[in-house]
Amino acid sequence: MTMRSAKTKAMILTRIAPVALTAAIAAGALAVPAQAAEETHALKSVHFSFDGPFGTFDRGQLQRGYKVYVEVCSSCHSMDLLAFRNLSEEGGPDFTPEQVRVLAADFPREVIDGPDDVGDMFERPGKPSDNFPPPFPNQAAARASNNGALPPDFSVLAKARHAGPEYIYSLLTGYEDAPAHMEMRDGSYYNPYFPGGQISMAPPLSDELVEYTDDSPMTTEQYAKDISAFLMWAAEPKMEERKRIGFQVMVFLVVLGGLLYFTKQKLWRDVEH
Amino acid sequence: MSGHSTIHYKNPVVRWIDTRLPIISTMQVNAMDFPTPKNLNYFWTFGGILTLFLGIQIVTGLILAMHYTAHVSLAFNSVEHIMRDVNYGWLLRYMHANGASFFFIAVYIHIFRGLYYGSYKQPRELLWMIGVVILLLMMATAFMGYVLPWGQMSFWGATVITNLFSAIPLVGTAIVEWLWGGFAVGNPTLNRFYSLHYLLPFVLAAVVFLHIWALHVPGNNNPSGVEVKSDKDTIPFHPYYTVKDFFAIIVFLFFYAAFVFYLPNTLGHTDNYIPANPLVTPAHIVPEWYFLPFYAILRAVPDKLGGVIAMFAAIAVLFVLPWLDTSKVKSATFRPLYRQFFWILVITCIGLGYLGAKPPEGGYVIASRILTIYYFAHFLVILPLLGIFERTKPLPASISESVLAKHGGGGATAAAGAASAPENRG
Repeated sequence: MTMRSAKTKAMILTRIAPVALTAAIAAGALAVPAQAAEETHALKSVHFSFDGPFGTFDRGQLQRGYKVYVEVCSSCHSMDLLAFRNLSEEGGPDFTPEQVRVLAADFPREVIDGPDDVGDMFERPGKPSDNFPPPFPNQAAARASNNGALPPDFSVLAKARHAGPEYIYSLLTGYEDAPAHMEMRDGSYYNPYFPGGQISMAPPLSDELVEYTDDSPMTTEQYAKDISAFLMWAAEPKMEERKRIGFQVMVFLVVLGGLLYFTKQKLWRDVEH
Repeated sequence: MSGHSTIHYKNPVVRWIDTRLPIISTMQVNAMDFPTPKNLNYFWTFGGILTLFLGIQIVTGLILAMHYTAHVSLAFNSVEHIMRDVNYGWLLRYMHANGASFFFIAVYIHIFRGLYYGSYKQPRELLWMIGVVILLLMMATAFMGYVLPWGQMSFWGATVITNLFSAIPLVGTAIVEWLWGGFAVGNPTLNRFYSLHYLLPFVLAAVVFLHIWALHVPGNNNPSGVEVKSDKDTIPFHPYYTVKDFFAIIVFLFFYAAFVFYLPNTLGHTDNYIPANPLVTPAHIVPEWYFLPFYAILRAVPDKLGGVIAMFAAIAVLFVLPWLDTSKVKSATFRPLYRQFFWILVITCIGLGYLGAKPPEGGYVIASRILTIYYFAHFLVILPLLGIFERTKPLPASISESVLAKHGGGGATAAAGAASAPENRG
């Protein structure tokens, strides 16, 4: 046994080792089963005007969405973080300030204000500076009116669900008859897009439910699409500004990066590196 | 940082200042004339990128702090107030949130660059160890920052991570209650996390200063792993590396901006837009992506205390890395076996990150265990043995020679160098 042969042996061992280890790790990775079949329904694919890096909100759609919210959703769902003044801000539904004054005053609920001179709270019509008045004074009242379920606040809902607008659209248009084998809780409805498949909200939309004045189809699908877009705007009111500034920043970075690249090339030209 | 300078300034004002406080000459020596190996590649630009991101996080964080309210009933809405009513508040918040992610992308590239080129070896052991301290500080800061918006993942992430300390025998529960300032994660927890989240970046900045100081004593490592031998091997930091770093920073910022402006919430979790609710546990509690490999290691060990120890050991092992790697050769370019093990380690870490995002069941746990064992084996078994058994390639005599070899010029030695390091070409 010479030193050399021992060395060769060690070398062969060390040369094989990485390959063997890679194989072992790969085997470990293969041991991972195909993802346990989770009860997730692929969302319906919807095209929204705000998709993509240059997408913007459709003003008419946001205005219709607000109408659907006020006439249908707002009886159960609060929207605490939104103020009427937001409706006339840039990048949103683009109502005029005059229209917003009317919309605030015409909201289905009045705003609770006070206390007045004698210490009492009082109700008064909404103003543009008010936040949307909530449907229930507290969560307990909301649950009591909704069969124990709590209707979620709408302010950031579109960002609090994966693929928010698609999810909301799919949910609103996805009510079906429950499969025969499924045991339904009292007062719940089958909806494959809702986690667990049972939702306490009755199908909220139906054709001809909300009067549109702009020739848009008065269908469940259109209502669902409009409210989904409206909720996306509510959750991300600065989206248009963000994309606009983003484009300017990207162009700036490309130009500056290009100039720097050539500067660097010229500077390093005579350095062997 | 060095002693008294011998630079003599002609301008009387500059000379007056510099003889009393040699800040101008110190900057000139360390940031302008600093002799830097001329063969650094783009993986050496991440130090500058990281310094920039520490700055971005501090500046955006400072302004966010002016509008944020650290109280359990106000925190969530105060963040939304920033998003809706503060001028460019959305920009500041998205820069800060995505800035944390890109800070970690940069630091992980920086660390793996150090691993590949053996930058942790003598004489840079302390520089490397200070770097590990920086990583720990970054993790603590990021974790506490993620709690501040007080969404569901903030609350439950804080609950899971602080509960880890309850695994400590005897005093575990007492420690956790001390961390919480109560009997559950609550308002005192949020307040102290905010206070510490504000403090730690400045500690981080101080440790970064030490890191740079420790770097400027031996100077940079370089892709050849051969130390600087003569002036021919180096060029002044400015303008060569200031311009190159600047270019790399702009390229990195391009990817950062793509996320800030077009995918601002992609790296976050949707559940964090649901206000924290101690009564509702999310289906899957997942930490931020940059913690996932460590989370996988934590869950791979069937025992709670063991898992916590393994998770901390995953970082602690980096502290002693300079003494675990027994090879005298620094750069993986000249270590054919180490180079393969390096890439296996990269794949292992990515695999652990993938598994950290999966539910802890069935095959995922088995795979996590295999990869966890391999992670530690890499440092504790493979590296010590590799230094003994690996036959390394011949090293170039100097940086200049390795550069000549790369360009196919030079004499016989250079040609041999080229043959032994073909991946260095082009």
